[in-house]
Amino acid sequence: MSFLRNYISTVYNSVRSLLIGMRRTGYYFTHHKEIITQNYPENRDQLNLPERFKGEVVMPHNDNNEHRCTGCTACELACPNGTIKIITKFDISPEGKKKKAIDTFIYHLELCTMCNLCIQACPTDAIKMAQTFEHSVYDRSEFIKTLNKPDSKLMEGVE
Amino acid sequence: MGDLIINVGPQHPSTHGVLHLVITLNGETVKKVEPHLGYIHRSIEKMCESLTYRQFIYVTSRMDYLSSHINNHACALIVEKGLQIEVPQRAQYIRVLLDELTRIASHQLWWGAMAMDVGAITPFFHAFREREVINDIMEQTCGARLTMNFMVPGGCMYDIHPDFVKSVKDFMAFFRSKLSEYDEMVTNNPIFQARMKDVGVISKENAISYGCSGPVARAAGVVCDVRKLSPYDVYSQVNFEEALETEGDCFARYKVRMKEMNESMRIIDQLIDNIPEGDFQAKTKAVLKLPKGDYYTNVETARGDFGVYIVSEGATTPYRIKFRSPGFCNLSALDHMTRGSKIGDLVAIMGSLDLVIPDIDR
Amino acid sequence: MISVENISKGIHRTLSDHLSPMFTTLTELTIVGIFVLTLFAVLGLVLVFMERKVSAYMQIRLGPNRVGYKGLAQTLADTIKLVVKEGLTPNGADKFLFNLAPFIVMFGAMLLMAPIPFARNSQIWDLNIGVLYITAVSSISVIGILMAGWSSNNKYSLLGAMRSGAQIVSYELSAGLAIISIVVLTGSLKISEIIASQETGWWLFRGHIPALISFVIFIIAVTAETNRAPFDMAEAESELTAGFHTEYSGMRFALFFLAEYVNIFIVCAIGATLFLGGWMPFHIGNWAGFNHLMDFIPSSIWFFGKTFFLIFVIMWFRWTFPRLRIDQLLNLEWKYLLPIGMFNLLLMTIIAIMGWYF
Repeated sequence: MSFLRNYISTVYNSVRSLLIGMRRTGYYFTHHKEIITQNYPENRDQLNLPERFKGEVVMPHNDNNEHRCTGCTACELACPNGTIKIITKFDISPEGKKKKAIDTFIYHLELCTMCNLCIQACPTDAIKMAQTFEHSVYDRSEFIKTLNKPDSKLMEGVE
Repeated sequence: MGDLIINVGPQHPSTHGVLHLVITLNGETVKKVEPHLGYIHRSIEKMCESLTYRQFIYVTSRMDYLSSHINNHACALIVEKGLQIEVPQRAQYIRVLLDELTRIASHQLWWGAMAMDVGAITPFFHAFREREVINDIMEQTCGARLTMNFMVPGGCMYDIHPDFVKSVKDFMAFFRSKLSEYDEMVTNNPIFQARMKDVGVISKENAISYGCSGPVARAAGVVCDVRKLSPYDVYSQVNFEEALETEGDCFARYKVRMKEMNESMRIIDQLIDNIPEGDFQAKTKAVLKLPKGDYYTNVETARGDFGVYIVSEGATTPYRIKFRSPGFCNLSALDHMTRGSKIGDLVAIMGSLDLVIPDIDR
Repeated sequence: MISVENISKGIHRTLSDHLSPMFTTLTELTIVGIFVLTLFAVLGLVLVFMERKVSAYMQIRLGPNRVGYKGLAQTLADTIKLVVKEGLTPNGADKFLFNLAPFIVMFGAMLLMAPIPFARNSQIWDLNIGVLYITAVSSISVIGILMAGWSSNNKYSLLGAMRSGAQIVSYELSAGLAIISIVVLTGSLKISEIIASQETGWWLFRGHIPALISFVIFIIAVTAETNRAPFDMAEAESELTAGFHTEYSGMRFALFFLAEYVNIFIVCAIGATLFLGGWMPFHIGNWAGFNHLMDFIPSSIWFFGKTFFLIFVIMWFRWTFPRLRIDQLLNLEWKYLLPIGMFNLLLMTIIAIMGWYF
């Protein structure tokens, strides 16, 4: 007799919990408001990434085409895998003294791990992370970027 | 027929990464399971010998990518231990909060993947919906969703975002309402319970002798939570229970992880309102050099006991680093657990072990 | 009014006016054959798209929505892809059997189209042992599956085919018992009589408890017979490969794929016919006014509506429940479904004799 009671209660409990599970999926089937898929290429205008998102390293220039990079190569030393290569030159300042300045800031996007160590190391806040994430290109040489724009010079007042 | 030898190859939808298993089958029963590792070996330990003590932290994010914060935390802890750096209270609170959020995220992915291995594909998507919220919180504060690299020796890289506390509280309320759904869909389902009870049993003595740690060992009754046995940061000041079960089968591991998610939520609730003011990073020298000697520290990741061992000769780069990964020892118990079961059980057992192969292969 | 019955009568009249009786019959046979093939193709398209959309909404996502307007041309794109793929025959495979196997599975599905009525007076073949014919012919697909597994020359395919074969043969028993309990209520094996007897109400409601138990057993048994989750261990994606159709690619795989979905349609059509009244609208006893209102909806819409509702329930099962292990599956059948089915049949017989139904 207890075998029969166990048998029936097993069947009843199983069917009940299965139906509860089905009710949950049925709920999601009928409530379309819960759908969280975003139609990606169409909603590019509404996408706004958080300001701290680590996309790629850029050097901001102001309206007069000036940047804040003094060519100290602290970022090149801090980078773990050789993503940054800095080529320096010697500028003659108005008083006639030789001063080190940056010639080209080569940044290999294909090697960068977005670890943020270069930005931490920079003493003058010259570089920051941009929020771009669509980096695919057809030609690998487009990944080697020069971050300082041509004919740009150091901003006044930055040591 | 005689014994069939089958490869559950490196490319397989249910081996959670590139794991190659050579299984000896007799009909439907498994007689021996031999894992062949190394398909994603990237020689991380050798690579770290040429990176300084600030630089090697980012590489551990890529080892066990589901608990990347906790791995980074271990590396920061060992450097602070070697250099006797005092971490400010605010940084300690932030680190523990991010750790526990990462643990919840990792267990959610485990839950979805386990359900998918056993056959129910729908819970996977539901789990990812919750995980997205945690990823968004991480993106807001740390800037990345998977490989965060937010810890530095001495504290955190930046302070938390002003919206952090509010986002975490919203997530807590949202997640609590979804946990009952998890029970409805998976835990109370009789098919699930039939697939997971009495499958892959490991006894307490065997768990200790194979070196299992984390939920695998706790499901067999071994008391091994590093957060309780050797607490680091703020863990000594929070109240939480260690999740222990005694049966040692897949369902016990399942229950342990669900309970761990609840305990993590308890820890977050205790800490989120009381973050003290202060620095988020201690002042350290520009160039870090660990004094000559060897150092070891371990933390509790979502998978188990993760240890870092550094041998230093006094230079700016370590002489030798060794990472003790929890997955490696858990995987070695797979053979013992699977002998005598059917082949359908093998997938359920692998799912319940929660393996992340890059963690094993480094 | 436009109805299937009127169209078929019209065609018959037109043809018999112009051709001799033999040619009329031949032409009609050809037309019916083409109709069945077209129905298959269209059903395949519709059902695959329906499965993808239903699964997507249950998984809180959108499903295919880019190919064609709102994703309607997705299956067409998939079919074109499968057709242009290379159809590879493995090295040591038995070529004749390897090529024959998908056709046998399709053949079984097509033969089952014959006794199913799509609308009032629109059956392709109304034979007097309709139910027996259905249960007999549905076993033909097992031969196709075993042939596919054996001739692939692949130990995993063989394993999968054997498991599949054992599963299908066991669950046919339960499905047969469930069908017989309805036959007991009706007293006839002829399908048109079964539907006509549901004039005052569908058997599911009139036969109360035993009919409900039969219906549940029937749905579970046919889910297992068509190798759908939660009983799809034989072809599960996360297990060893894909079971008996591992080695098939290109057009032959498309045929297996199509045959699976058409099988689902057929068994749901049978369930709708026996339990839910086929093309009979929803009548309640002697409420003449209500019944007359319900008669306005064309019978083909009733039939397809009921069938697609049952298909939706089967899809609902797939996306909610995990998979049963092969021994648990056979356990379920022999220890639970079969005893309950037999006891239910006894109950149903008592009720039918005593007249204790509505």
